[in-house]
Amino acid sequence: MTIFRPFNPSAGQRSDRTAGDRLRHRQKVREAIRNNIGDIIAEESIIGKDKHRIIKVPIRGIKEYRFVYGDNTPGVGQGGDGEPKPGDVVGQGKDGQGNQQAGDKPGVDYYETDVSLDEIIELMFEDLELPDLERKRLRQIEVERLFRQKGFRRKGIRVRLDKKRTARSRVKRKKATLKRHPMAATARFPFHKDDLRYHHTITDIRNESNAVVLCIMDTSGSMDRVKKYLARSFFFLLYQFICTRYQNVEIVFIAHHTEAFEVTEEEFFHKGESGGTFISSGYIKALEIIEARYHPALWNVYAFHCSDGDNFDSDNPAALKAAQELTKISNLFGYGEIKPLGSGYYGSTMIQFFSQIQEANFQTVQIQKKEDIWASFKTFLSKDRVREDAA
Amino acid sequence: MATSYTVEDLERWDERITKLVQRFGLDPYPQEFEICDHEDMLSYMVYSGMPAHYPHWSYGKNFEKLKTLYDYGVSGLPYEMVINSNPSIAYLMRDNSLALQVLTIAHVYGHNDFFKNNFTFKSTRAQYTIESFKSHANRVRHYVEDPSIGLEKVEALLDAAHALSLQCRRNLAIKKPSAEEELQLKLAETEPAADPFSTVHRRRERVEPDLKRVPLYPDEDLLLFIRDHNPQLAEWERDLLTTVHEQAQYFVPQIETKIMNEGWASFWHKKILESLDLPQELHLEFIVRHTQVLRPSPGSLNPYHVGMKVWEDIEKRWNNPSPEEIETFGPRKKNGMDKLFEVREVERDASFLRRYLTEELMRELNLFEYSNRGNEQVVTRVADKDNWRQIKDTLIQSVGTGTIPVIKVEDSDYKKDRTLLLKHFHDGRDLQLEYAEKTLRYVHQLWGHDVAMETVIEKNPTFLSFADDKLSIRKSA
Repeated sequence: MTIFRPFNPSAGQRSDRTAGDRLRHRQKVREAIRNNIGDIIAEESIIGKDKHRIIKVPIRGIKEYRFVYGDNTPGVGQGGDGEPKPGDVVGQGKDGQGNQQAGDKPGVDYYETDVSLDEIIELMFEDLELPDLERKRLRQIEVERLFRQKGFRRKGIRVRLDKKRTARSRVKRKKATLKRHPMAATARFPFHKDDLRYHHTITDIRNESNAVVLCIMDTSGSMDRVKKYLARSFFFLLYQFICTRYQNVEIVFIAHHTEAFEVTEEEFFHKGESGGTFISSGYIKALEIIEARYHPALWNVYAFHCSDGDNFDSDNPAALKAAQELTKISNLFGYGEIKPLGSGYYGSTMIQFFSQIQEANFQTVQIQKKEDIWASFKTFLSKDRVREDAA
Repeated sequence: MATSYTVEDLERWDERITKLVQRFGLDPYPQEFEICDHEDMLSYMVYSGMPAHYPHWSYGKNFEKLKTLYDYGVSGLPYEMVINSNPSIAYLMRDNSLALQVLTIAHVYGHNDFFKNNFTFKSTRAQYTIESFKSHANRVRHYVEDPSIGLEKVEALLDAAHALSLQCRRNLAIKKPSAEEELQLKLAETEPAADPFSTVHRRRERVEPDLKRVPLYPDEDLLLFIRDHNPQLAEWERDLLTTVHEQAQYFVPQIETKIMNEGWASFWHKKILESLDLPQELHLEFIVRHTQVLRPSPGSLNPYHVGMKVWEDIEKRWNNPSPEEIETFGPRKKNGMDKLFEVREVERDASFLRRYLTEELMRELNLFEYSNRGNEQVVTRVADKDNWRQIKDTLIQSVGTGTIPVIKVEDSDYKKDRTLLLKHFHDGRDLQLEYAEKTLRYVHQLWGHDVAMETVIEKNPTFLSFADDKLSIRKSA
């Protein structure tokens, strides 16, 4: 006799039997992303995207490998309405669904997953393995915020008088008095000094941390699209990193060739300029902006300059001087020289030239290809220094 | 969603269906149906329908994938899921309409009959299915909880074992010779055959066999071979290798008979529903659903459609053979129905298609062969006079376990340093190298020593060896 077991809704809610395996799978995905973080952030698609954007990330390491046949494996399919003819294209290899019905086929296991950019950034900084101490090293600024009410007092200044509470305490006192002396009911019952209640206020001290990221880029004729892309990747990482560390982050874009301008993000990355290069102009502009808007006593300054190192020789001493000044007032100042592979090596002088700067918070990195970015970034951050003068 | 029928309705229909099942001569196990919702169905799908199954992250991955496809409406859920056990258990989705449930119930009896009677399933021990999956689950959980083993180790072993699980013997109706029998066989082989002209012939030299070689004959059960010949494995590791192997063996018959099995169930649900005298609105819906399931899927192969077409063709050809067929094969000794039941018992996909897929049917099914050119699949042959045989061969190669490369253990002490030598029996299809490399890494992990494999790549005999954590590839002389 056939048995029918009816649906049991409560049992359905209870047993989420795949929960454990799903959790484990997700852990593996995270692990795989973390192991490939260098490759993933080198992918163009994630650079400069909105934080909550979901992006597709190819996952290596959690495929289920088996012995399978390769590309020279013919298959058999069924034609649709028309007659198939030799030479017709019937599908896309690999990614195409192929034999969807035959679920028993091992098939080639292509896999990508959706993660939010936020999650990737979090993983990136887990990968950096910065100890929590790091956060304390960052400069914090005490800001006295507005006064806040807290409790009541019997003494105070007139403006803080709480009329309602004062009236209430008078009523209380009157009731108590009437119990003892009923005769007093008809007498006048004025406010007494004891009835008065005042707001108590305290000053609220909060640690506010501000940071400004100064992105300085050489937009001279020699900076082509690839170089700008590499620079952009680096700025993106820097900005994201600073955002995780400070509550209030501002970003300033400075483009320079022989002159420097403060520009918008759009212009910064997309507008091509031409002409020669005076690196000092960018630095001087940065110093001006810092002086005008971001006083180092209140702001943590992070500055990074990307260039291909092609500076006019006559400008070098001025650049060095400005760089030293900038190093003095910033938490971290970096110079990244972008030399894509095969771009020819013109004996860049800037990295060597800047080696005269001895300060620990000055760092030079060289970026040749996109895989270098992550490594350079890590080196760069290792120099973030403690500022003694911070409160 | 409200269901417009009750369990009693289903029981009434089932009663009528089982009467027909008996009348048609189908011989199923007792049947149990469980009504579930779509979440349950997805879970059953990833665990092959088993009520208990050991945990592994790959099932979670599969679930996410199925659920995404389902949520985005890329693919629906199967109407039914039935497992090969005695009694057979099938799941019905409660949101399905009554017509669909009736169709599914009939379809399930087709599968059930096939499980019970097809020769490939004889090795699956259907009466113990549920218990053995449950006991596997308990043992794996036990190892995971054991503080001296733990999740990481169990997972690493299962990852490796899963990679090799289908590298096992395919035809389980053929008995595997024991070590003793193999030895006798090897000795007998070396004896020269009796020569009636021994007086004039020179006496043939007897070549001493290499009896020290392990294995004596190439061994296809990779997991079992490693289990039995790697003394470094712990008891729990051996147990897990056995578990994974046994589960793979349980599913081999289903891989081997996908087209036959789906075709058989579709053939019978059609016959049963046509004899049920369905009320008109149920009948209309049945026709719609039936056509959806049996619709050829252009560009690929719908096993339901191809299978059912072949079964119908057999019935037709044995009931009303054409004059040419009578001339070629002589008068039929069996009628269509008897022939169907015989075929259902003794064939699997490869032999089924080889024997019963005719040239005419191939043309009717509009079959073609394609191969990969760059990133596209391009039609190379269509089923015309000159090419249909070639297409059929390709088809037979790509059904059942034909999709899994044949790889056997040749030697466990190659180069006398315990290198495990595998051989890929190349049939024109090369291995996917990235996957081969990663899988060899797993073999290496389980074997504990170097691993090498003979294969053919782009027509060149090639020797892959996995040592010092990397793969080296060289052409053999």
